[in-house]
Amino acid sequence: MLKIRIIPTILFNNFKLVKGISFDSWRTVGSIMQAVKIYNLREVDELIVMDISATNNKSKVDLDLVNEIANETFMPLTVGGGIKSIEDVSNLLEAGADKVSINTSTFNNDFFVKEASKMFGRQCIVASVDYKIIDKEIVIFSNSGKVSQKVKFIDHIKKMEALGAGEIILTSINLDGTMKGYDIETLSKASANVEIPIIASGGAGKLKDFTDAVKNTDVSALAAASIYHFTNTTPRDVKIYLNSEKIPVRIN
Amino acid sequence: MNNKNIAVINLNISNLGSITRALKKLNYKSIVTNEIKDLNNSSHIIFPGVGSFDKGVEKLKKHNLYDNLFNLIEIKKKPFLGICLGMQLLGSVGHENNKEEKGLDILKGNIEKIEKKNDKIKIPHVGWNEVNQIKKDKIFKNIKNNTDFYFIHSYHLKLVNKDYVISYTNHGNNFVSCVRKKNIYGVQFHPEKSLNNGLHLINNFLKINA
Repeated sequence: MLKIRIIPTILFNNFKLVKGISFDSWRTVGSIMQAVKIYNLREVDELIVMDISATNNKSKVDLDLVNEIANETFMPLTVGGGIKSIEDVSNLLEAGADKVSINTSTFNNDFFVKEASKMFGRQCIVASVDYKIIDKEIVIFSNSGKVSQKVKFIDHIKKMEALGAGEIILTSINLDGTMKGYDIETLSKASANVEIPIIASGGAGKLKDFTDAVKNTDVSALAAASIYHFTNTTPRDVKIYLNSEKIPVRIN
Repeated sequence: MNNKNIAVINLNISNLGSITRALKKLNYKSIVTNEIKDLNNSSHIIFPGVGSFDKGVEKLKKHNLYDNLFNLIEIKKKPFLGICLGMQLLGSVGHENNKEEKGLDILKGNIEKIEKKNDKIKIPHVGWNEVNQIKKDKIFKNIKNNTDFYFIHSYHLKLVNKDYVISYTNHGNNFVSCVRKKNIYGVQFHPEKSLNNGLHLINNFLKINA
């Protein structure tokens, strides 16, 4: 049986490991490589690494850093931040990423996802979708939460699937860093509307948040950052708890 | 450093960094190549691959490997490990991207899309899943039955001759996750991305002598 993936997210800015609240109030929480080495040692299911400043600073993810991270990770590695062109994707894959996560560019260029997917295969293209709930409506944001988009939520995720994304990582900006639990309602809506796997992100703060998301939605993976940075909980603790709740996870 | 010569086939369609990093970690020298002379000189051939079947066939032909690879592994019996697409390309016929393409036909059977049995079955099949060994084989030496490996694929090889099946994995239906025909191994999962158990499996393969 396919296991629910428990994925630590590593966000960084100028080579510093950071974490914010609702994509704001960023604080430095450690060194990137140290975190990567620990997660590899703990044999986590997968890693997501994102440069949160790349798009808005018009910079690129540092390829040497990706290479260094890849040297320490014998599990799947997703890298995101400021990806705009086929060349960017190619460079990241060559540096050692297994998948790339694309957000802002999916709005700027309709055919980018399609072209990238055709070129490198659906399996390495992850569409990242950030949103806020405003007046009970789901509003999508690009540029690390700075620019709102008009496209309807379900239309957008269906479009990403049709264009060739292999997975979607869905992040609630409202809940990000708050540790108040995942946005079950939106995750449930999303996972019922596409065939590709959904990675839930934003809000995990206690063990029960993970089981609530799995039991009430069809998400395939649960990403989190704050709970691992700011509490003693490890990805393994989460899996032991999920296992006790009869949810299939990989426990090594 | 171990003195075996491992050749990793490069069709310029996928990230080969993961497999070469894994080989380096295991202390093996490897050469990334699409030259037949390098494959000839190698002790073991690893054919990793992600991407689509039609593109894979096109590239095999372009690099003059389509017939040569058949010779090398089916006739000359060089130890071979196909990973994901690298295993599927040994099959008979694929229909990805609505294009019918003939594979190497070493492992008889077509490449079919994973069936979506219900809403819980997501496609692509992405993540860690159990590999159920139905027979003992040295490729799984010291790897427990039903160990999880990392998968990422939408198609699978529907093998005709079930005698070649080493393991099955379930995603809605059972599909072949490891196959062996004499010197030729294929795995649908990615050992190079499956942490220590994956590295262990690659090491087991490299200990097999021609």
